[in-house]
This record gives sequence, structure tokens and C-alpha cells, in this order.
Amino acid sequence: MTPQNLSQAPIAKPGRPWEPSRKEKGGKLVNLLLAIGIALLLYFFTGLNGKLGFFIAFFSSFLVVMFVAEYRRAGIPAAQDSVLTTVSRFAIAIAIIPILSILSTVIVKGWRGLHWGLFTQDMSQATVNDPIENGGMLAAIAGTSIMVGIALVITLPISILTALYLTEINGKFARPIRFLVQAMSGVPSIVAGLFILSSVVYPITGERTGLMGSLALAILMIPTVARTSEEVLLLIPNELREAGLALGATQWRTVAMVVVPAVKSGLVTAVILGIARVIGETAPILLVSGGGEATNLNPVSGPMGSIPYYVWKSFLLGGTEESSQRTWAGLLVLLVWVLILFSAARYISSRNQKR
Amino acid sequence: MSVTEAGVRSTAIPRALVTKPRRSDQIFRVVVTSGGLSSLVILGLIFAFLAYRGIGVLQSEGLGFLTNSNWDVVEDENSNIISQDYGLAAMLVGTMLSASVAVVIGVPIAVMSALFLEFYAGRRIRNFLIALIDLMAAFPSILFGLWGFLVLMPSVEYWAKLLNKYFGWIPVFDVPAPVFTRSPFIAGVVLAIMIIPITTSISREVFSQTPLDRIQAAYALGATRFSMIRAVVLPFGRGGIVGGAMLGLGRAMGETVAVFTVLNIVYQVNWQVLFGAGGNIASLILLKFGEADKEEVNALMAAGLVLFLLTLVINGIANILVSRLGKTGR
Amino acid sequence: MSSNQNNEGSEVSGEGKDMNSTTKPQSLASVASARELKVPGTNALGTGLEARSVNAWFGSKHALKDVTLDFSSGTVTALIGPSGCGKSTFLRTLNRMHEFIPTAALAGEVLLGGKDIYASGTDVTKIRLRIGMVFQKPNPFPSMTIGQNVLSGLKLAQLKVSNTDDLLEECLQRAGLWDEAKDRLNEHASALSGGQQQRLCIARSLAVSPEVLLMDEPCSALDPGSTFRIEQTISELSKSMTIVIVTHNMQQAARVSDYSAFMLSDGGPGELIEVAPTSELFSRPRDKRTEDYVTGRFG
Repeated sequence: MTPQNLSQAPIAKPGRPWEPSRKEKGGKLVNLLLAIGIALLLYFFTGLNGKLGFFIAFFSSFLVVMFVAEYRRAGIPAAQDSVLTTVSRFAIAIAIIPILSILSTVIVKGWRGLHWGLFTQDMSQATVNDPIENGGMLAAIAGTSIMVGIALVITLPISILTALYLTEINGKFARPIRFLVQAMSGVPSIVAGLFILSSVVYPITGERTGLMGSLALAILMIPTVARTSEEVLLLIPNELREAGLALGATQWRTVAMVVVPAVKSGLVTAVILGIARVIGETAPILLVSGGGEATNLNPVSGPMGSIPYYVWKSFLLGGTEESSQRTWAGLLVLLVWVLILFSAARYISSRNQKR
Repeated sequence: MSVTEAGVRSTAIPRALVTKPRRSDQIFRVVVTSGGLSSLVILGLIFAFLAYRGIGVLQSEGLGFLTNSNWDVVEDENSNIISQDYGLAAMLVGTMLSASVAVVIGVPIAVMSALFLEFYAGRRIRNFLIALIDLMAAFPSILFGLWGFLVLMPSVEYWAKLLNKYFGWIPVFDVPAPVFTRSPFIAGVVLAIMIIPITTSISREVFSQTPLDRIQAAYALGATRFSMIRAVVLPFGRGGIVGGAMLGLGRAMGETVAVFTVLNIVYQVNWQVLFGAGGNIASLILLKFGEADKEEVNALMAAGLVLFLLTLVINGIANILVSRLGKTGR
Repeated sequence: MSSNQNNEGSEVSGEGKDMNSTTKPQSLASVASARELKVPGTNALGTGLEARSVNAWFGSKHALKDVTLDFSSGTVTALIGPSGCGKSTFLRTLNRMHEFIPTAALAGEVLLGGKDIYASGTDVTKIRLRIGMVFQKPNPFPSMTIGQNVLSGLKLAQLKVSNTDDLLEECLQRAGLWDEAKDRLNEHASALSGGQQQRLCIARSLAVSPEVLLMDEPCSALDPGSTFRIEQTISELSKSMTIVIVTHNMQQAARVSDYSAFMLSDGGPGELIEVAPTSELFSRPRDKRTEDYVTGRFG
């Protein structure tokens, strides 16, 4: 055994020699500046206009510059690789820019329309073109809350039962049912509205009410909640179910007392995602709930307002500065609600994963 | 197992194992199964009711419901109906046109973005961008519609004019009159933005399932990222990408309010994508609904039936393509 | 602690004489010494591969410590040692596949023909053309036919070859698959058996004319018949390139390799304990840990 001379052995330091060296990073910066320069030249000397025009000029010049640079470095394969790198980077930028534009538009334009009365007054004594302090979204917010709440009461049992069938029983209907749930998620929202109209409103009740809206929303919610519930149920390892059965419990007791409690937070996530899915749906409620200026808390009698209706009406009937403010303020409220739901869902599922 | 004199062993026959479930479990199974069948029931009811309401119109118009391009209700002074004519062609064309523009613009962007997220992005940026894209998938369509109308339209109008100027010799890009606002093109762009999140998500899922050993084999042979993607990822994910694109198509075809705000609904067949006139079935229903009388409502129900079946077929094919990926993965 | 191999040929002591006896199971040493020991450096071949003080990390976990090893051209070197000692990790530092793991870090150099493959500005795809790799689980491209698989390396690297048919036949011949595959070139690769697929992967690696071929337990997923054929292939191939093979199977190391390097990790980073001509390592290991391993006291 050769003796080790630890004190003299140099201690190696971890490095990452495959990452670009400073010289290479400098080269990339030069290429970038070159591309910007060429883009500016293109911009000023051709008919390209506006932010989008510069974007296109920049994209083209960057593509060409990188292609040439990589070709000179390592030949055709590297040059082709650079094309894909550039194109995919620009693609993600194109995908992200609308999100940022929408968020900033809603915040900037909607901010001015916010006032405390927004949440305490309804539109029964104001028109769309009145100054923004007259009237508010009380009817709309109350209506949306009630309609979505009732829809949830209908959706939750059906979705959970569907998910339970797919995971716990998994019988011969499983494949068709899974297919049908997917198919149902593709039903256009206006068709859901027409369906409720033709099956409930016209033959039975004869009037447009909040409950009708809930029914239509439920059709749109069920696929989302069922699919997410199925996903979280599938995450439960079979060993847990076997443990319950091995203790002598029946299947339903195992499911009710072992499986479902284990996925509680996952089900909450599913519910939140379902709510987010329908909260902004306009078309079906225009068809079957009408909409109201006055606050109507009764789901079975009379048209019920909702946030999408409020926004829609402000937009359609308006055309003035005031109505525009209302529209965007309504959209801001809607957006904030969606953001809260979305963040809650992500928070819950990330807490789940940590466990 | 017994050994007979001839030395031949008789083979063991498996016993049939039968478990008769307890009564409570039987009830459980019935309840859960009926809950599970609810989606079948709902879809069936949708079909049934729309067909029931719309069958009269379909019968009287026949196949012309799909091919005629008139939607007229002519009344006399006493509000009696003199003649009715219901033909969906213009709106059918419009549905296809705006949805196609959406797919042509949106799907390449979505697939390229998915490639970026899966193969180029670092971990933190990737999670951030995925969260952002998932958020966009949750935006209500009325938001897209109004933003598209108020913010996007001016720039897209400019680009439409440019497109017409340089490519107007292609019939599709020609316009009968210089009206570029509220065209199927603009609707298509807004729809493209709406379908990018779902198509990106699905494509990304597909890409992430590419078997690692094939990816490593390609790199070990000296592949660049591009050649690896071309040789391994894309052949593997072909079905899933097409499926994701079709789901986007289905969504674009059924979109109501976004199209309604952005498109100038004119009842004539318009193939010229840059010209400010068009419509789709869903927005037609929304438009006509307010003033429709009973007969017209039936016609709108029939239109809804057509839309329902159309999206059902497209989504069905799409889902088959996406789910088959896990099985063959070729 | 590292050891350098000596570059001179060493004499084989006379233990290999009872090759033909079938009554006694052969000792590893005798199997190893039954092979003709090639004197490295005498074949006029490409350039050698050298690892100098290679250290590897995964995040903060130190996986390899100070591995210095030469692979002379025209030889077959086996990396042996118990699971988890870092053999595969070390193999992957040799063709720059290690860096695909997001938390990977490295220190030291790997020289091919005297030039460090990790030097900045090196085109890594060109390195991987010169240093090929065959994996444990055969991984032909299922969307391609057998013929397309063999030539896929050319397509991926955009290399032009004047006569692809000749190259195709040559690679399949060298991999020992030509006879079985010559009439099936247009079938999909998944139609082949496991052993055939692995030989296809070898043929695929050969198509880009590597100087070094790294093999990560290439036979561990295969049946003995296929294993035997691949070992034959390895012997043939070593005439024209350098081969480094990671193996769990000491008998295999004894059968195919000229040199063996024993690596070990005692809970910490893997280290190179000893390297020697194979017959010597198995018959007269210098380190006690090597002796314990080759005699089966642990592993």
C-alpha cells in the first residue's frame, strides 16, 4: 500500500469547463450588438414600422449574424443549430409578450376605474356612461359568486364520482368515459348555453335565471375538475388502498376513509382550477342568465348579473371614456380574481409536493 | 397434480377465484359508475336537445343548411314571417378561415416555444415561463377579445395592409375594398394567441417524455442539439404535436366572444382573410340570439348542433392522437 | 492515490498452459494471460487517450477523485470495481457526456492526441465523433430502419461519405451483424433481438470512424450467446482503435481486456486503486483491496 501524503496533494476545485469562457461570452455580446446595429439600419431604411417592425428586423439580423458566426466557428451543423436556437428563443418571446401586454393593459386601464363604491353599489341607478363613481359591480360580483357556487355544488359530486370510477373501479367503461370527459372539455361554451336553453329554459322554466347559468357553467366545469381529480387520485400509491383492504375494510370504506382524505388538497386544487375555468365565461350566461342591473341574489327568479355581463354591457353600450373605464375596471376585478385562484392552486400543489 | 402410470403428469387447472362484493360495496359501485357515466349522459342530452329543436329547420333546409349562404328572416308589417332562409355556409367558411389562421400562426410558435422550454431553458427560467403560460391559459376569452380589439388591432391592421401591399397578388390576400379592421386575419391572430398556451403545454409534455437513452445515443454520436431534436424528439412526438394542434383548432373553432368583438360580422362568404368581414358559427349565434323569434331560435339551435358535432370530431381525433403517444411512441 | 501504468510490455509468467483442460475451472489470471498481450504503442494507429487528475462532482457530492489513467492506442482497457464506485461516471467524462447532468462539475484534463477535450473553444460534437460510446441498454433509433441507423451518425453530424453502401457493409461486418442483417436493411431496428440491436449500436458508432470506443457494460443486458459474439467483436475492433470497457463481470474483463483498472469508493469519491496488464492484476495484484475484490471477498 503506498502511503498517502495528504498534506501535499492539491485539492481539486470543481469547475465547469464546458460553459462559455469569458472570451466566448464576449464574442456573443459582440454578435448581439452587431445584430442590433444591423436591425436599426434595416429599420430606418425600409418600411418597417413600430415595435413589431423593429422586432422583425432584429429577429432577421440576429438570425443571419448568428448563422454566419457559428458557420465560421464550426461549420454547417453548428450553423443549423444556431438557427433553431434563435428561432425557439424568439418563439418563446412571441408567446410571452401578449401575456405581459394583457396584464399591463388591464392594470393600467382598469386602475382608474377602481373605487370603493365598485364593490358596494350595483348598476340599478346608473348607466354605463355615467361617471365611474356612480354604480358599481355589486350585482356582478354577487351574481358570479352565486352562480359559480351553485355550479360547484353540481359539479363536485359528478366530477369526483367520475374520477373515482376511473381510478378505483376502472371497469369496462373506463376508456370510453375517459374519452368522453376529454370530449366534453371541447364543448364550446355557447353550445353549453344553447343546451340549457333548449332543455331547461324553454320547456320548463321559461325565464332566464342564475340557476340556468349555473347549469351551463357546470357542464364546462366538470371536465376540468374530473380530470384534475383523476390525476391526483392516480398519484396515490396502490399500497395505500391495499393496506385498507388488508385490514378488512370494504372498498367504499377504503375509498372514503383512506383514499379521499389523502387527496384532499389535490381536490381543492381541482376545484380551484374549475372555478378559474368558468369564472370569465361570457357566452353561455348571456344566453341563459340574461343579466341585471339590480342586485339579484335569488338564483331561481329573474336574471342574475355577473362580472362578464357587466364588462360586456359596458363595452357594447358604451363608447365613452366612462364606459371604457368601467369595462377595464371590470376586467381588472376578473383578472385579479383569476390570479388569486391561480396562485392559490399553485401554492397548494407545491405544498403537496414538498410533503 | 398426479402422476399416472404412464408417467404423464396432469397439468394443474387454475381455480376460478370469485369474490362476491358486500352489499355496501355493490351500492358503492353502482353509485360511482352512474356518476362516471354522467359525462356520457350529458353529451347525449346535448345532442338530443339540440337535434330536437333544430330538426325542423334541418329538414326544411336540407343539405342547403350547410351550403347556402343566406340567413334571412323577412317579415311584413305585422311581424309575420313571410320567408325564412337559413344557410350556414358563410359562417362555416368563416369558422374554418379564422381557425386556420390561428393554427397556422399559433402552432409553430407553440411548438418552438415548447422546444425552448424543454431543451434550452435553464431550470428556474423554465419554471417561471411555464407558470406564466399556464396563467395565460386561464385568462377568460372576453379579456382576449377586448384586448385584441383595443390594443392589438391597430398594429395588426398595419401589418395586414403591408401584407396586402406586397402579397396582394395572391387571391387570399386581396381585398375588394380597403377595409382592414375587424377581419378574419385579426380574429385569427387573437385566436392564435389564445391557443398558444394549450398547444405549448401539450407539446412540452410530449417532448419531456422522449426516452432519454435515445437522446443520449444521438449526442454520443456527435449530434448538435438541432440534429438530435430532428432525429429523436420530433419523430417521437409527431402524434402528440398534431394532437395538440388539433386541440387548438377545436378551441379556435368554438370561440365566441373573442371573435365577436374583433370581427365584423357580415353574412357573406369571405375567403379573403385580410378583408374586414366574416364571422364564425358561435358568434353568429350570439349575434342573432337577442332578436330571434321562435323559428330562428330553432335555426340557431341547428347551427349549434353543427358546431357541437364539428368540435366533437376534431377533439376526438386530437385526443386519440395525444393518448396514443404513450403506447407506441414511435 | 494514483498509479501510472508502465508502457513497456510485460512478460507473462507461465500460468496459461492449461487452457485446454476442462476439468478445472480456469482461474481469471490464466484466462487473461491466455490472450496475446499486445505491446501498446507499436500499432500505427491514431492517438492515445489520457485522463489527468480527473475529478467529478454532482452538485456538492464528490463522485470521482484524482483519476489519472492512460489508454494507449490499440488496447482494450477494462474498468472494474463494485457498483457505485464511479466507473460509469468516469467513462462519461471521457466523451463529455458528463456535462449533461445539470449539477455536474469537473476538474482535471482529458487529452486526446495531446489536446485537452475540455479546453475552451473546443467543438464538443467533433470530440464525440472521435470518441464513441455504446450504452448498457441497446438504443437504436426506432423511427429508422437498420440501414438508416447505421448511417445515422453521418446524418447527425452532417458528414459526407462518397459511398454509403460500402460504409454500411463495412460497419456491419466489423460489428459482426452483416450476415444476419444484410437482407433486412430496410426493416425497422426494433425487429432485431437484444444482442443484434447492441451490435447494431456498435455498427452505428463505427460509421463515424472513432479513434476511441467507450463501452458502458455493453453485455450486461444480453444473453451469453450475444455476449460471446460481442466480445469477439471487441477483440477484432481493438486492432484498429482504443477501447475502454466498463464491466461488472471479472471473467469478461479477463477475456477481452489487455489492461484492467480497478476503481473503488468507500462511501466517498471513487478513486483509481490500481491499473496493470489484466493477467497481472488478477494474479499478482499489488494492492490489498484489489486482491480482495478479484478473489471475491467483496463486490
